[in-house]
Amino acid sequence: MTEPASKNANVVAECLRSWNSKAVAEVSEYRGETTIVVPRELLRATAEHCRQDAKLQYNFLTDATCVDRSPVEPRFELNYHLVSIPRREKVRLRVWLGGNDPVADSLVPVWPGANWLEREIFDLFGIRFSGHPDLRRILLPEDWEGYPLRRDYPVEGYRDVPNTGELFRKSSTP
Amino acid sequence: MTPVETAIGTAKTMVLNMGPQHPSTHGVLRILLELDGETVVKAIPDLGYLHTGIEKSCEDKTYSQVITLTDRMDYLNPLGNNLVYCLAVEKLLGLEVPKRAQYIRVMMVELQRISSHLVWLGTHAIDLGAMSVFLYCFREREEILKIFELFTGQRMMTSYIRIGGLALDPPAGWRQPVERFLKMMPSRVDEYETLLTENRIWIGRTKGVGYISAEDAIALSMSGPTLRAAGVAYDNRKVFPYSSYEEFNFNVPTRTESDCYARYLLRVAEMRESLKIIRQAFDKIKDEGPIKADAPGIIPPQREKMKTEMEALIYHFKIFTEGFSPPPGEAFVTIESPRGELGCFVASDGSPKPLRVHFRSPSYINLQALPKLIEGQLIADVIACIGTIDIVLGEVDR
Repeated sequence: MTEPASKNANVVAECLRSWNSKAVAEVSEYRGETTIVVPRELLRATAEHCRQDAKLQYNFLTDATCVDRSPVEPRFELNYHLVSIPRREKVRLRVWLGGNDPVADSLVPVWPGANWLEREIFDLFGIRFSGHPDLRRILLPEDWEGYPLRRDYPVEGYRDVPNTGELFRKSSTP
Repeated sequence: MTPVETAIGTAKTMVLNMGPQHPSTHGVLRILLELDGETVVKAIPDLGYLHTGIEKSCEDKTYSQVITLTDRMDYLNPLGNNLVYCLAVEKLLGLEVPKRAQYIRVMMVELQRISSHLVWLGTHAIDLGAMSVFLYCFREREEILKIFELFTGQRMMTSYIRIGGLALDPPAGWRQPVERFLKMMPSRVDEYETLLTENRIWIGRTKGVGYISAEDAIALSMSGPTLRAAGVAYDNRKVFPYSSYEEFNFNVPTRTESDCYARYLLRVAEMRESLKIIRQAFDKIKDEGPIKADAPGIIPPQREKMKTEMEALIYHFKIFTEGFSPPPGEAFVTIESPRGELGCFVASDGSPKPLRVHFRSPSYINLQALPKLIEGQLIADVIACIGTIDIVLGEVDR
């Protein structure tokens, strides 16, 4: 897991540290990809800094996703993949969230494009984003039970018949 | 508009339910449109009708079994989906793929790009009332699908690109149909252009429709032709080259008008660029050479060796029963699919099944900008705007 930090990793870490000494909890490099672990409270401010700073210019949020590392605690790992179109560099911001309180700050104020990405994570992992303008389920029906992409959710679901929601159950009973 | 008296009170606007079954949504997409007369005041896309839980299913399969699932996301770009997933797993494993396989991969995904753009052009034109373009586009797409069938045995769900290389060597006599296609296609692209580019109805329906500024497009994470038509030359093949794209000579077309017409011109220009890449790949592919990386335990051994060597038989058995285990870690790879930046995130915990597979699907993220494109426009322009961002609902919902 240990690879020497790339030039870009040093630039990003140094720039963030000089802005706020607490912003970088850890820097790691694996297969040429830089990961910066950010404390939960500083996520939005760090993302905003990454976007605004003239040396970083991470103007494009390409992806946001979650990994459930259950039963390890903190179990949820949020990964934000940023791209700087002018600098042609990528970086990954990571935040750890505990299982009993999976709440993170929404990045919609920084990138409006985070909207559906965060709704997808909310839908499938049950992570709440504070400050999100429209936090509803997006892929699953609104009355779906549970969060399918959590590791403790069985692949075949909780019941024998597919969970098709209240509407279907009512109409299918004689 | 003057308020209308209805049975339940006065209403200024009306809500129209477009979809989920609507021919121009190219799948199962529902859009709630709030209308003031013919003007769209608010649009709320509602999706998930095709959600099949592919990402969850991936967690219960071995790394090689996932490939067949990736075909079924973006069904107009199965080879691209295979490629992005394989690149991510190869990155996790640290595998080096032989050059010959890389060039064949490039040739196949570029053919795929043309076929996808042809489906886009045909269906987009039919949505706007130009029936004949559809027939011409599907005529050429058929030629590409025949080439895929020759290479992979399948027209659509190819599963041709495998971890560490390709499923099969190119068949004998593969050069002839590809050569014929390369000779035929430039004049066919001209044909589409004579039908549409200066067509007054086409211009009337698409010019100045669905504008989005470059700043908004970047802020909304849009990618692909929609972003490039706004003047941002962001193409993964140039910015973060993969599969030897840095060795190919091609241009990234951009436009600045950022309307439906500009996106049409841009995609046509992309087809021509793809033809250039296919020609170069065609010349680079040698007749002999490996198509799989040399990695016993990960790449299934050759059939011949399996029957004669003890070790090969053991590897074969292990790969197909247990699978292989990449070291713990994560990899995120992005490629340029016909629709934009297609990404794949794979996390391994050191077991033979992936801990997490996530696809950054360009259709899903580009669709997010749809309300921005159509709010304040006429209802007829909604059709043009859905067509122009080129969504595949199988990939949106996964």
